[in-house]
Amino acid sequence: MTLAIDISGITKRYGSITALDDVSFSVEKGELFGLIGPDGAGKSSLYRILATLMSPDGGTATLRGLDVVKDYARVRTLIGYMPERFSLYQDLTVAENLRFFASLFGVSIKENYDIIAPVFAQLEHFPNRKAGALSGGMKQKLALSCALIHRPDILLLDEPTTGVDAVSRSEFWDMLSQLREKGITILVSTSYMDEATRCEKIALINKGKIFGVNTPSGLVAGLDENLYNASSSHMFELLNQLRSLPEVEQCYTFGATLHVVGNKDFNPMHVVEKLRLEGLTDVRIYPAKGDIEDLFIKLTQ
Amino acid sequence: MVTEKVISVTDLTKRFGSFTAVDHISFDVAKGEIFGFLGANGAGKTTAMRMLCGLSIPTAGDGTVAGFDIISQAESIKRNIGYMSQKFSLYSSLTVEENINLFSTIYGMTSLQIMDASERLFNELGMDAMRRSYVKDIPVGWQQKLAFAVATIHRPKVVFLDEPTGGVDPVTRRKFWELIYKASSEGMTVFVTTHYLDEAEYCNRISIMVDGKISALDSPSALKEKYHVETIDEVFRIVAKNAKRGD
Repeated sequence: MTLAIDISGITKRYGSITALDDVSFSVEKGELFGLIGPDGAGKSSLYRILATLMSPDGGTATLRGLDVVKDYARVRTLIGYMPERFSLYQDLTVAENLRFFASLFGVSIKENYDIIAPVFAQLEHFPNRKAGALSGGMKQKLALSCALIHRPDILLLDEPTTGVDAVSRSEFWDMLSQLREKGITILVSTSYMDEATRCEKIALINKGKIFGVNTPSGLVAGLDENLYNASSSHMFELLNQLRSLPEVEQCYTFGATLHVVGNKDFNPMHVVEKLRLEGLTDVRIYPAKGDIEDLFIKLTQ
Repeated sequence: MVTEKVISVTDLTKRFGSFTAVDHISFDVAKGEIFGFLGANGAGKTTAMRMLCGLSIPTAGDGTVAGFDIISQAESIKRNIGYMSQKFSLYSSLTVEENINLFSTIYGMTSLQIMDASERLFNELGMDAMRRSYVKDIPVGWQQKLAFAVATIHRPKVVFLDEPTGGVDPVTRRKFWELIYKASSEGMTVFVTTHYLDEAEYCNRISIMVDGKISALDSPSALKEKYHVETIDEVFRIVAKNAKRGD
């Protein structure tokens, strides 16, 4: 097993706030690895440390065996980093931006074009447009092309799909799968829980702490036990009633239904009957399939 | 019984020069309904929403919001609706109490009404201890609760929520949807835009805008049935796949 990224006990503090608290996980070479967590979880702080832009207060991190503090200069040639905020030169054109990043790393666009081709294809048609005048989805593709042009071993993508609509998000994930097939290791962060299933492996992060590392299916295994859907035409009333029942451990909204976590005494038929006596006559309760959001709620509440 | 329409628009259109941002959209939203307004980036959602909120006069078409005409009574609409967005809702360097006073004054409430409303709000939200805390110092979950409470402090018939839950954790996001359910159960109409398509499932009905037009409008379950798919995410991808405009 070759590790592309190995993070061990990383801690980062800003004054009295602990942004990263003893964070450890590793990413294998060639893996598409997702760092999943809400805003403020510490994702960007971790990226800045991995990209050698900031030193940790404790712990170590290595990329292909190189230390992010001691070997920072060599680490920088290994990685392609795409920060959350668009950080290309808005006044330069598409072609100029690409040329600039290629020359920084001393590579020619021609020899490495194959690696950016799937991403850059749509941008080829307007090489002379200023980066600042591109649409959100196009900016994102240009930024990814610039991060890729020196053929990095490891791509660090910090929330590349935030604020992008569902169609573009899905296309972006298709591109990542293609890059992965070329052997590039990808660490990608997102606050969209549904994107977890597009990764081979994920780490869940909240308030600076990692609280689960596994395959998406491995993480949600076992969640379905005692998990039910409940629906009625009076959802708010149903939510309150279910929460007052002793056999209900947790009840929360989940799109068109409520998700109910029952304890060992939970019997759907009995519950429907109890609710009928309380005046809710159209309640349906049936087994639910747990996903990453259910897990997140279970582990953080 | 006739259902009261809180939003009703016909052929609403907005052009900027030769560009038609919103192209003859028509729909009604009923009292107490939770209506999801979806669309790809650049589809015209924001422009449409600005017209509904009285911030932009349509080029063509007409309609009413909260009982007021969107062309001749745009000013009254602003005072009689609630609005909240993820990006801006509260002043973070003012205290909780100062934010409440500021917004209720803007909505034209009298000092007596403001006093009553603040007491009710502090009790309902359980925020009494945070009265004098700066908004920037309270947890994001409370900020959201407060933002929603402030947007509805004048008890509007309809509240517009523009991407209200982007990037927040799943627990906080759910607490927020509970507030929406509660408001809806009390008869308030909720008009919401979101990029989280799983959230669309919470809505009674949703519309999907593509290139300035409404390409789909129905309940989430009816749409899933129509397109023979399991999730709204799949519906969205089918409907928005052929969009020509980007953001």
